[in-house]
Amino acid sequence: MLQTAQRGKKSKKTAPEKPASKKGQVHERYVEAFRWMLTARILEDKLASLYRGGMIVGGVYLGRGQEAVSAACGIFLKKGDVFGPLIRDQAGRSAFGEPLLDVVRTYLGSVKGPMRGRDGNIHRGRPRENELAMISHLGAMIPVMVGKLLAKRMKGEKEFVGLTTLGEGGMQTGASHEGLNIAAVEQVPLVVVVTNNHWAYSTPNEREFACANLVDRAIGYGYEGHKIDGTDLNQCLEVIETAVKRARAGRPPQLVVAEVLRLAGHGEHDDASYVPQEMKAQPFAQDPVARTEKYILENGLLDEDKLKQMRAEIAKQVDEAVATAQQEDPPYPREEDWRSMSTDELIDKPSF
Amino acid sequence: MSVTYLEAIREAQTKLLREDERVFIYGQDIAGKFGGAFKATKGLAEKFPGRVLNTPISEDAMIGTAIGAALEGMRPIVEMQFADFSSIALNQILNNAGTHYYRTNVPVPITVRLPSGGTKGSGPFHSQSMEGLYSHYPGVVVMTPATVEDAYTMLIDAVAIDDPVVYCEHKYLYYHLKADALPKESFPVGKARIVRPGRDLTIVTYSAMVHEALAVAGELQRDGFEIEVVDLRTVKPLDTQTVLASVARTGRLLAVGEAFPWGGVTAEVISRVTTEGFQLLDAAPARINAKDTPIPYHPNLWSEHRPNRKSIATKARQILQE
Ligand SMILES: Cc1ncc(C[n+]2csc(CCOP(=O)(O)OP(=O)(O)O)c2C)c(N)n1
Repeated sequence: MLQTAQRGKKSKKTAPEKPASKKGQVHERYVEAFRWMLTARILEDKLASLYRGGMIVGGVYLGRGQEAVSAACGIFLKKGDVFGPLIRDQAGRSAFGEPLLDVVRTYLGSVKGPMRGRDGNIHRGRPRENELAMISHLGAMIPVMVGKLLAKRMKGEKEFVGLTTLGEGGMQTGASHEGLNIAAVEQVPLVVVVTNNHWAYSTPNEREFACANLVDRAIGYGYEGHKIDGTDLNQCLEVIETAVKRARAGRPPQLVVAEVLRLAGHGEHDDASYVPQEMKAQPFAQDPVARTEKYILENGLLDEDKLKQMRAEIAKQVDEAVATAQQEDPPYPREEDWRSMSTDELIDKPSF
Repeated sequence: MSVTYLEAIREAQTKLLREDERVFIYGQDIAGKFGGAFKATKGLAEKFPGRVLNTPISEDAMIGTAIGAALEGMRPIVEMQFADFSSIALNQILNNAGTHYYRTNVPVPITVRLPSGGTKGSGPFHSQSMEGLYSHYPGVVVMTPATVEDAYTMLIDAVAIDDPVVYCEHKYLYYHLKADALPKESFPVGKARIVRPGRDLTIVTYSAMVHEALAVAGELQRDGFEIEVVDLRTVKPLDTQTVLASVARTGRLLAVGEAFPWGGVTAEVISRVTTEGFQLLDAAPARINAKDTPIPYHPNLWSEHRPNRKSIATKARQILQE
């Protein structure tokens, strides 16, 4: 077979070498994931500068440091799959198909955005396109994902999967426990990716949990567990792909725990001065975007020019989205219908 | 043949499961032969395999799951074992389901059944009436059926509504209330009903207290007073028009509810009548609620904690004498 022959040819360089055609795919996917990482980075840098310039009301929350794991979360999902992103998932959202305009419109409060000025920043979603719109309360979206998957099964759909994300801080809520457990009870095809970025706002791991590693909880919940270095895109892709495949194939829910450092404040209002200098020298503190870029160059997946071109393309898309959203109307109170329900005749109408 | 309030709830669910494949029921101990703490789903799991599902004791996740299923096109009914435990699910009901349409333009058609209200010996954590609390938040319809007929038709209506519905079924009425047959027609959702016409005083109430109010009306009739009793049926939306029209006839208002006294449905009724129909009143309006303590266990205490015929009659006479 062709694959066998090629494997023979190329197997000298590195030990766990893969067949070339497969390797080609792997490289392509790596570069594709990098594109989403870079999209998130460039977009978020822009959002941060808009925030500093006073153009964004409310918080701005960046996924800086989590781009590799987040991109890997979005990239394996297909049409019919469900994504439940959280606070630091710009890369995953983009990989899942969220238009840049949705992001910018939401942050800038455009009435044309998916939230129409009614909700902001990361609380956006496209429920009809299977991208859940998170509420703030951490852990609350896990069972919502379970319900989506349960209903799909009831309707007779096949081969779908859901992936939702969580921080190590959010994993400590009662809601997270209930949600993780009910997913296993229902045996829905779910992947939960927990990114331990070592800080829940300003609280370090020691004050959040006392187990040796959060992935150990997989056994307790009846999940299959995986641990990854969230700054290593290869690992993120390989492990999350496996988890997604396993869930899709009907194995128990999958728990992936990635280690990274949050390379920003909790939000852009926060200078994160509580992060000790020593921590920034830890392996998990590497910048995944820089690390991935280095790998791409060292392995010749793209050259400097191609990278530069990619950056320029993304920056142009981001600038266009911002320019568009900036020209759009904000919501006007007089035009707002002030309705919290879809059923007209059931809207409570006191006259005051 | 006669049908109890509880049987009406079971029959409504049977009909819903039979006629609408989007419907499933999710709750604790509701499946198998057991059929729920109050037997509201008895026999349904056998009749509708895979559609009446037991859950872990996870109120938050039960509602969260229902929300997800509703977003995927289903019409889940969640049974809380007791209304009191829905406190664990407040976040999902109010912050998730209740905000979803406003935020995203996509409604969440879930129905949450709350076995509500006091019964003898049930104590602080198996007796609560939470309709006021749910009504305070935007985005949910809150139903409080008082009759067998309403228990049946309003549950069917609840599932048909595209928005979240909190359906408060009163545990005392489960076995105490009987009707000859299930109704063929339903009264419109969101409309209050005048269950007894009168001209001297309007008592506005809902759920089990409707029956206490009717008893008081009967008692006061012997003294020559004609009391009008309005059953709100749905506390949110609140049918202010029907209440105002009644007060226009009687000039006097007493609002009665079983929930705690601070704020709530009775306060809302009085607030609306005094702001929108002050000139209709011939006397100061009044309200009666449970006392501002946890709900006591012992029947001696419990029967005085909640509004009862005696306290309602006393207050009614006071207003009538003004
Ligand atoms: C239930 C709940 N409590 C508090 C908050 C406020 N809050 C928002 S994000 C956050 C920290 C979350 O930490 P983690 O889950 O580790 O995610 P990270 O921000 O580090 O990505 C807190 C406390 C919240 N959103 N939800």
